[in-house]
Amino acid sequence: MVVNCEHVWQEISNYLEGDISPDLRAAMEAHFRECRHCTAVLDGTRNILHLYADERLIELPPGFSARWQSKLVELMPRPRGTMYGWMLAAAAVALVSGSFALAKLDVGSGSAPRSYLAEPGTGIPAGMMVEVSEDGKTFHVPGCRFLHKHENSNVRLIAAADAIRAGYVPCVRCLRQYLNR
Amino acid sequence: MLQRINVVEKPADSTDEREQGLIARIRNGESSLFAALVKPYERRVYATALALLRNEADAQDVAQDAILKAFTHLNQFRGESRFSTWLIQITVNEARMRRRKQHAELFEPIDGSKDSSDEGNYTPRDFADWREIPSEALERSELRSLLANALASLGQKYREVFVLRDVEHMSIEETARLLSISVASVKTRLLRARLMLRDILTPSLADGWFSRAPFGKGSKPW
Repeated sequence: MVVNCEHVWQEISNYLEGDISPDLRAAMEAHFRECRHCTAVLDGTRNILHLYADERLIELPPGFSARWQSKLVELMPRPRGTMYGWMLAAAAVALVSGSFALAKLDVGSGSAPRSYLAEPGTGIPAGMMVEVSEDGKTFHVPGCRFLHKHENSNVRLIAAADAIRAGYVPCVRCLRQYLNR
Repeated sequence: MLQRINVVEKPADSTDEREQGLIARIRNGESSLFAALVKPYERRVYATALALLRNEADAQDVAQDAILKAFTHLNQFRGESRFSTWLIQITVNEARMRRRKQHAELFEPIDGSKDSSDEGNYTPRDFADWREIPSEALERSELRSLLANALASLGQKYREVFVLRDVEHMSIEETARLLSISVASVKTRLLRARLMLRDILTPSLADGWFSRAPFGKGSKPW
């Protein structure tokens, strides 16, 4: 089988997918050995695929995770109807109120704050899931690249209220909307 | 030397079992686990929305809406596809609805071949040689914005197929199902999208881009 340039261009995508017959593959490879133009098209297209496959191409905007998780908390169903439900709801309200209070002011009522230089933040949703590392001082929206972590320390996903109780303070980058700036 | 390369294919999803367990628990009332279910895919959701809408603010809105919709409609997920595919499907639908609302089709790029059919052969315009671009180059915002602008200049039907297959690594069959088009159409659009991107980027990235690129003091030339 012999193929010309035009035929090669129309099949180059299938060639890269590995989705062509052995005969056609052999013919195209023979053509590439002779044709600089088609080799340039092949190399360029292959480069395109490698570049666009890289996850660094598009980065999450700061605070994106925190925003959807905050909206998610608003959508969560609340128990109601039964006595048990009411009791549960009352307990949840107490917990959330307490957590908000902690988030606003009372960082010191749990563990001592891990950083005296950082701000405690205000209005952080108590149930928002955040990431902390054992040896870190700050809590972060999941995926924040400023999460500080030593080689062997674990990263945990916990509720913001628990992070605050444990003395963590909000990251000034990914949670800056909750800081008084 | 000619080497066969397969387009990047995600390995079989080893997290399926964990996800099914999470989904079952969420359906049984442990709603707070939904964040853990979605977190591994939030970047993909945002990247899909951004690639389809070409606007960061719209992409953030649509990505958030898609995640919240997945939460409120989780009972409709039947497990016939991977959870991530279902989530991306919702994102594509939300992005298309947003575009319709904005009448964005009025602003389709001329070069994006909005009106051209999938049929007909595509002829490359530029035959300059490319050097292999090292992956470290993507640390440079200049290159990232070059690639983003090139993708944004494609017409929507090419951009959708390219993003799902080559950015999100879905299979050709998944891409076809998700966009409700035939496998043959996916392959044709993919070919054109890849060659168009190569043509758009060749003047900037072929031969010598690295030698021309301005490096900051102390940075390493590749």
